[in-house]
Amino acid sequence: MQFPAKMIHSLFLVNSSGDIFLEKHWKSVVSRSVCDYFFEAQERASEPENVPPVIPTPHHYLISVLRHRIYFVAVIQSEVPPLFVIEFLHRVVDTFQDYFGVCTEAAIKDNVVVVYELLEEMLDNGFPLATESNILKELIKPPTILRTVVNTITGSTNVGEQLPTGQLSVVPWRRTGVKYTNNEAYFDVVEEIDAIIDKSGSTITAEIQGVIDACVKLTGMPDLTLSFMNPRLLDDVSFHPCVRFKRWEAERILSFIPPDGNFRLLSYHVSCQNLVAIPVYVKHNITFREGSSQGRFELTLGPKQTMGKGLEAVLISSQLPRGVLNTNLNPSQGTYNFDPVTKLLSWDVGKINPQKLPSLKGSMSLQAGASKPDENPTINIQFKIQQSALSGLKVNRLDMYGEKYKPFKGIKYMTKAGKFQVRT
Amino acid sequence: MLSMSTNNLSYSDQGGTDSAVEVGQETTPTSSNAGAGFGLFSVDFKKNEDLKEMLESNKESLKLEAMKRVVGLIAKGKNASELFPAVVKNVASKNIELKKLVYVYLVRYAEEQQDLALLSISTFQRALKDPNQLIRASALRVLSSIRVPIIVPIMMLAIKEAASDMSPYVRKTSAHAIQKLYSLDQDQKELLIEVIEKLLKDKSTLVAGSVVMAFEEVCPDRIDLIHKNYRKLCNLLVDVEEWGQVVIISMLTRYARTQFTNPWKEEGVFDERNERAFYESDEEKTRDETEAKPYMMDPDHRLLLRNTKPLLQSRNTAVVMSVAQLYWHLAPKNEVSIITKSLVRLLRSHREVQYIVLQNIATMSIQRKGMFEPYMKSFYVRSTDATHIKSLKLEILTSLANEANISTILREFQTYVKSQDKQFAAGTIQAIGRCATNISEVTDTCLNGLVLLLSNRDETVVAESVVVIRKLLQIQPTQHSDIIKHMAQLFDNITVPMARASILWLMGEYCERVPKIAPDVLRKMAKSFTSEEDIVKLQTVNLAAKLYLTNSKQTKLLTQYILNLGKYDQNYDIRDRTRFIRQLIVPNDKNGALSKYAHRILLAPKPAPVLESAYKDRDRYQLGTLSHTINTKASGYLELSDWPAVAPDQSVRNVEVIEPEWAPSLGKTGKSKPAKSSDDKFYSDSGEEEEEKGSGSSSSEDGSSSSSEESGSDAESHVQKNSSQSSEESDKSSSQSEKSSSESDSEKKERKTKTPLQKKTVKPTAKDSRYLMKRAGPTSPKQHTKTIFVNVINQHSVLQTFSYSHWSTLCVSLFTQLCPLSLAFPLQVSGPAFVPEKSHDLLHRMTGKGLSAQYQFPRQPCLYQPTMVSVQISLTNTTDHPLEQIHIGDRSPTGLNMHCFNTIECLEPEASVTVFMGIDFNDSTQAANFQLCTKEDHFSVSIQPAIGELLLPITMTELDFRKEKGKLLGMNESSATITMAAENMTSQPISRPVATVANLGVVPSSQGNVHRFAGKTASSRAVVLVTVELRESSTALITINTEKSVMGSMLLRDLKLALAQA
Repeated sequence: MQFPAKMIHSLFLVNSSGDIFLEKHWKSVVSRSVCDYFFEAQERASEPENVPPVIPTPHHYLISVLRHRIYFVAVIQSEVPPLFVIEFLHRVVDTFQDYFGVCTEAAIKDNVVVVYELLEEMLDNGFPLATESNILKELIKPPTILRTVVNTITGSTNVGEQLPTGQLSVVPWRRTGVKYTNNEAYFDVVEEIDAIIDKSGSTITAEIQGVIDACVKLTGMPDLTLSFMNPRLLDDVSFHPCVRFKRWEAERILSFIPPDGNFRLLSYHVSCQNLVAIPVYVKHNITFREGSSQGRFELTLGPKQTMGKGLEAVLISSQLPRGVLNTNLNPSQGTYNFDPVTKLLSWDVGKINPQKLPSLKGSMSLQAGASKPDENPTINIQFKIQQSALSGLKVNRLDMYGEKYKPFKGIKYMTKAGKFQVRT
Repeated sequence: MLSMSTNNLSYSDQGGTDSAVEVGQETTPTSSNAGAGFGLFSVDFKKNEDLKEMLESNKESLKLEAMKRVVGLIAKGKNASELFPAVVKNVASKNIELKKLVYVYLVRYAEEQQDLALLSISTFQRALKDPNQLIRASALRVLSSIRVPIIVPIMMLAIKEAASDMSPYVRKTSAHAIQKLYSLDQDQKELLIEVIEKLLKDKSTLVAGSVVMAFEEVCPDRIDLIHKNYRKLCNLLVDVEEWGQVVIISMLTRYARTQFTNPWKEEGVFDERNERAFYESDEEKTRDETEAKPYMMDPDHRLLLRNTKPLLQSRNTAVVMSVAQLYWHLAPKNEVSIITKSLVRLLRSHREVQYIVLQNIATMSIQRKGMFEPYMKSFYVRSTDATHIKSLKLEILTSLANEANISTILREFQTYVKSQDKQFAAGTIQAIGRCATNISEVTDTCLNGLVLLLSNRDETVVAESVVVIRKLLQIQPTQHSDIIKHMAQLFDNITVPMARASILWLMGEYCERVPKIAPDVLRKMAKSFTSEEDIVKLQTVNLAAKLYLTNSKQTKLLTQYILNLGKYDQNYDIRDRTRFIRQLIVPNDKNGALSKYAHRILLAPKPAPVLESAYKDRDRYQLGTLSHTINTKASGYLELSDWPAVAPDQSVRNVEVIEPEWAPSLGKTGKSKPAKSSDDKFYSDSGEEEEEKGSGSSSSEDGSSSSSEESGSDAESHVQKNSSQSSEESDKSSSQSEKSSSESDSEKKERKTKTPLQKKTVKPTAKDSRYLMKRAGPTSPKQHTKTIFVNVINQHSVLQTFSYSHWSTLCVSLFTQLCPLSLAFPLQVSGPAFVPEKSHDLLHRMTGKGLSAQYQFPRQPCLYQPTMVSVQISLTNTTDHPLEQIHIGDRSPTGLNMHCFNTIECLEPEASVTVFMGIDFNDSTQAANFQLCTKEDHFSVSIQPAIGELLLPITMTELDFRKEKGKLLGMNESSATITMAAENMTSQPISRPVATVANLGVVPSSQGNVHRFAGKTASSRAVVLVTVELRESSTALITINTEKSVMGSMLLRDLKLALAQA
């Protein structure tokens, strides 16, 4: 009798056309036919996103995540917190992305040996072993063209021989003996605004979420503190493990020994009491007439309360109703594209000039004889505002202790649209 | 050739053309000239052969390339098992990447090729003793991942050893290995629990998560093991790695539910409309009355809540969720709401995370809508959400609806109804129905809204509306004849069976309100009856029956017609129903009794359906679990127990802070006395076994029973008596004292002192070794498997003799069992039989800029460390100026364990000095490279030991020699026959050349023509036995027995050379 072992048993990577292109087993081998249950669910789902993340089968449970159009399907044999598996799978994807730049089927196939070595290190007997990217990179060096060439000539390997220093230290996220000639620490405060705007232009819901991404390249063991002008804005926060929670609780100061390189220091939610200033407005007139095979489509965008900063990289996308055969639109700036198969309309607006508002006008041709669609399409907007955090969050100062040199410090602010939808 | 052809055959049998094509593609770079028309199968064969060749080549790079391709095959799920013999040879490779890839391969295929897999075991055993912790750990990882039942005893030993390794990383690996071994062989449970118990005491944060995982898998019911470690785990929690946090939190949740009393009882009535909470609090109240004492939270309970709270800020969603469920299940009701924000934050994460979090919020929001109401807008649906996310949000919004916010929610729902996703629109209609029943103020509004939807173009929307309207009408049947009429009008256009059936049922149920329409609908149905779905047919029969009872004049014929149709229907349910209805409503002589009641049976007032959430009773599962997600009990799910009525003894969690290693148990008795009386009372009250386990006195019982189970021998009880004597005298009945004595006893066990323990643990290990032998004997016909076991035993026995403190007592007694005699004559290191004067150049004076160095092997046991080989170095200054600060610099390989000589401050011209150093060659002839530095310069030098110098001579009797040799047969034996020079035929010259070659001790021999020599390797202390048997015509047979087969063959080569020459 095989006792049902806990945690992750096997992993299958499935591409969008339903082929398993990689499998890895941490315990005894599970036949890939177990994925048939997954394929069934995949067929039933109308969209790739609609495949349920947890699928029970007679002997196993399949927990999957979909990223970069690849399903990462983990096979579980018994009770385990599903989020545990899901979070781990996302870490796997993040690691791949970190190592290969992209996480595509081709990249994984090209680096199958590194992928295997990584998976071997990340999980022992189905239980996560090393998921910290700093530690992994000491164990298995990421493939670069230079290193590949050097390795083929010298016969040296990508695999570290020593236990990464981080594994045993009290700061597992940082390796020892880091050295830089230019010591620099950059922090990006990036805020995303999620909003639903209704037909009449009034805000149904809007909230701001932010992250502080850091790129720290400092020699030795620096101890940093970062303080805010207005820490009260932060309603709910989650930290990188390096942040000392007690210090934050007491003084609202971020005190930490940073990992080496890129990492996410903090993500936060701005308290909902503060009314969110919506930086963009949309005027729209989308109509379908009963009995007519033509529909009108008019869209005008304009900036609103942006504190003098311009809206950039504006991109409009909308899922038009199934009845729409084609569109004949005329953008005042930028380019637009309509895919008649997926019915996805996208309009790359670019920068908004307040003097000359961009618009997209024209007609849609509908299927002859079909009744008019019930619902007008929802418009999704993406944009960026440079050098401004919408919530008004400001970093006060950044100090370094524990090392003697003077680092170069930089802070950048940016606002982006998150899930920003306008109902029409 | 034979195997080749069968190979081909099997491939073509499988007939996987596409696999063959793929294989063909892979081969293109290597064998491009193979014509496609030549047949793909042969190409395929060629490819594997090709890989085999590469693997067997001498070039590392080729091997590595081959392994990479093999791993590629494994990743694709292709069968590469036939390469096993070729791959397994490389397991001891020096190239770490190659080695790792071989590990990957081994773990994948060992189960299928058990016999061959055993060949690799000794490599891992060796690596387990490597000075590099990463190598030790990975050896244990692979060894324990090879799922071959026959190596269970080896795994067990390795785990035990690794559990007391210096490196926490290795200890962590051993905790993982516990689970692997357990899933391989459940009989090891008891032994594994011992290891778990030991590892639970570990103070390293690295180990904590893994050992708790092992605990959860092997013995989740042994709550008693946790007591002493509870506070430590709580305090370490923040620093444990995130995955460990999840496991520990979920274990502590279960633990707390068995150990603490219910914190919810003081709170009385909540403002929630929730029977469950009421019920629970009621229960508590009755209990309160009997107890009549205010609730005081156990400080340990508080400790857990306090220490988990910061983890809500973790970036790991699984950690946040596990803290949330801990608060939900353990915290006082007024504190639970702190988890809300964090859960809502998780909704920003990936789609899959959202799904799980929303499910849990759905369950929570039914019980406590107040928690999430302020965040209602976070659950608004976006058009880009996946369908299952949408329906979960809908579910939550419905649960959150109350009088105050219903208008906002309904407005939101109106948008959803128009969604292009029709499944979602249908879900919204059901949600509206639920809101309408829950909040009576809006019932009419909802109903009107739904009626409007009846003219919707989409069929599913209409159908869903009909069904929901039917349910709503049932709840409020008065004055809705308009709606029923309206639905009758729509009836012709509706095709969805469920909707049609619902309308028919409504007609029948309220036929008196629509007396004109109902018969007409029945007439239409009579026409189309045969082409309807079963569910519609059943409702048609019902409608007919009801109309027959109320309006028989108009419908008598129609009813009979329908009943006749139904009588011959293909579906037996319909035939049954028809038969039943006919008997019930059509009066005849036989069944008059029942038909009297037909009216009351068919037209009885029916209770309105309750529209409730699908998440209503999901709270029977612990939140955050897989079982909760799939709403069925997943295998391995551990129930969360109810709060105990009375808190079990709290003192079990007390840990003496400073505990001297050999603390006399007397010291503790006084302190723990007060606890004892409460213990007793408690136990006399409750007879529950589970709770008893949690108490101090029972754990002492546990302890002693387990130890007596272990020992059983007189020696053991004697030892125990000794240590606990004083305490027993002072307070014989005190359970606590007994406990502490057994505790200190077990501590001693851990300390692994030599003498008492050897006696003490004879019994269990005897059992074990019997088991071992049994396994090795009949089940494995193969010679080499047997020898492997002997190896293990042998190796360990030697180790024991040299009191290698790391080895567990298990192997000690293993040894005792197997060769009791050896104990009496321990293998002693003797002085060298012969010291060669030959010295080697370390640094020539030309390259050393005047510093010259020579080294030789003095063949003395190294003083610095027993595993090192001592090297004597003479340094001479040939320059005309003094050399300062001569010392040793960088070394390679970096892990090289070496004892350097002290820096020589100054070496005068023409002076020379002799220094000693120790080098751990790790039983290999690989050169030790290091730098010899002076103040100004540094020179790279290397010492290459001859194989014979890695040995230390031992003295043993001939009997012992034979016994040892008997254990080292099979693949541990290498031998050769040589022709000897004539002058070597007497005894003296034989031992001389042998001693010159290798540092071996002479074993006295009773036979004139057989010469025996014995030694052991410096590093791993493996026995090396050399036998030279002189034969006629000046030939001699040299036999070398050692488990270090590589060393054996090298030594043989050297000896052959030496003896033949001489």
